[in-house]
Amino acid sequence: MRERFIAFFSGLGHPFTGALIKLGFATRFFLALLRHSPMAFIRFRLTIREIWFAGVLSVLIIAVSGLFIGMVLALQGYDTLVRFGASSSLGILVALSLVRELGPVVGALLFASRAGSAITAEIGLMKAAEQLSAMEMMAVNPMARVIAPRFWGGVISMPLLAAMFSVMGIFGGYLVGVQLLGLDPGNFWSQMQGTVDLRFDVMNGVIKSVFFGIAVSLIAVFEGFDAPPTPEGVSGATTRTVVTSALVILGLDVILTAFMFRGI
Amino acid sequence: MSTPLVQLDQVRFGYGDHDILSDLSLTVQRGQVVAIMGGSGSGKTTLLRLIGGQLRARAGRVLVDGADVGGMNETALYDMRRKLGMLFQFGALFTDLSVFDNVAFPLRERAKLPESIIRDLVLMKLHAVGLRGAANLMPFELSGGMARRVALARAIALDPMLMLYDEPFTGLDPISLATIGQLIRELNDALGAASIVVTHDVAESLSLVDYVYFMADGKVIAQGTPDEVRASDHPFVKQFINGEPDGPLPFHKPAAPYAQELGLEIVRA
Ligand SMILES: Nc1ncnc2c1ncn2[C@@H]1O[C@H](COP(=O)(O)OP(=O)(O)OP(=O)(O)O)[C@@H](O)[C@H]1O
Ligand SMILES: [Mg+2]
Repeated sequence: MRERFIAFFSGLGHPFTGALIKLGFATRFFLALLRHSPMAFIRFRLTIREIWFAGVLSVLIIAVSGLFIGMVLALQGYDTLVRFGASSSLGILVALSLVRELGPVVGALLFASRAGSAITAEIGLMKAAEQLSAMEMMAVNPMARVIAPRFWGGVISMPLLAAMFSVMGIFGGYLVGVQLLGLDPGNFWSQMQGTVDLRFDVMNGVIKSVFFGIAVSLIAVFEGFDAPPTPEGVSGATTRTVVTSALVILGLDVILTAFMFRGI
Repeated sequence: MSTPLVQLDQVRFGYGDHDILSDLSLTVQRGQVVAIMGGSGSGKTTLLRLIGGQLRARAGRVLVDGADVGGMNETALYDMRRKLGMLFQFGALFTDLSVFDNVAFPLRERAKLPESIIRDLVLMKLHAVGLRGAANLMPFELSGGMARRVALARAIALDPMLMLYDEPFTGLDPISLATIGQLIRELNDALGAASIVVTHDVAESLSLVDYVYFMADGKVIAQGTPDEVRASDHPFVKQFINGEPDGPLPFHKPAAPYAQELGLEIVRA
């Protein structure tokens, strides 16, 4: 009876200690990753290969999604703005929403599900097939040869993809606003140029996407490296990459936006 | 006599609570090919991982070329591994690289050689295992035995000072088996290296090696040269060499009584 009692109460804390242990392990993993990062830049071809797999192959989904989101923004925005007689500000609305918020956030969510999951699965399967172990025995550190290039490839790709998402979205907004709804193109562009601020709008968006890139890439390589070496283990890790990334992206977004808030 | 290349001194190791290796000591001299034999699950692969520093002993010392593997930091460990070549039990080929690139991998990663020399070296190693014709295949296009021979070519690519072979003979036909056995011996003698061969293939290994260790219960329970082993009347050794099901080496992993587990027997308290 007493043993059951103890087991019950220590069981209550178990999810918490488990998460804490994992967090500690992830931190040590991140430090080791940073220590072995120079190789990813000295032999930049390794990283370029990962930029190809994580970044270039994500271009299509990012571009098409950006276009659609921009079009929807224009349709919805017009509907609201026209009630206040402010439909000429549509360009501003579309551009600000994309550059400050939707480009980095939706771009990162798409990146996590398209590239993050692939990175986790690849590393997890390499581990399960003892390929990482074989590499260690060949005196080639998998941290430097496999993990770091994938991490930095993701970190470099993310801001570029977010920028592409925003550009395609603005183009989608233009198509709907100017071509479909008949707004004046000169007005659409000049208002946008006059209002969107490089320092406060564009730069803040880029800063966000850098943070998201680091978060998603770290989660992806860590989950792959930490995955139990079995088919179920790898599939669970892949799911966790997408879910954890989504939560971390949205949580970080709240924090970063609060820091960037000027209140005017 | 020079320091042995590998020395295990009363090594104790386990994954969970109970120990897989309890008190293991063995020595491998330069120039020797040593066979490790023991039942399935007796900890032979574990032993190789201890030597390679992927696992750390709970007690005792693992010395490679005189240096204690257990006390090494990461840098020292990777320097030590430069002297090693390991053939993994399941090959562990890089599935995203072709056969050629797999064998070239250690050469490209660790030796600064021009690509033309790498090409020649890779083709030489592949020729030695009889698979030069498979250079452009991908690993998934290979049979099990072919994959292990490619893995062997990759393991010997840098002519290591210490070779660890984890069951090099499984899945090979009798002709490849004899050739690979000869290759292991010749390579060892040509390089003045040392080799540890984990194997179940008694006939092949007794004709090949200089010394044999038998493992059971986490210890070395018998050892000797091939001639001593053949003449041995140690019950374990006799059982192993003749492949008898009954003897000191149980076929079954320890478990609850069979009939009881099938529910055929009423358990009385
Ligand atoms: N990663 C691991 N985690 C927990 N236990 C393990 C692990 N690897 C091996 N073991 C256990 O350790 C024991 C020895 O395993 P090992 O792989 O060294 O055996 P082996 O002698 O190589 O067997 P085989 O001849 O079948 O390859 C086994 O009982 C196995 O259940
Ligand atoms: Mg084994």
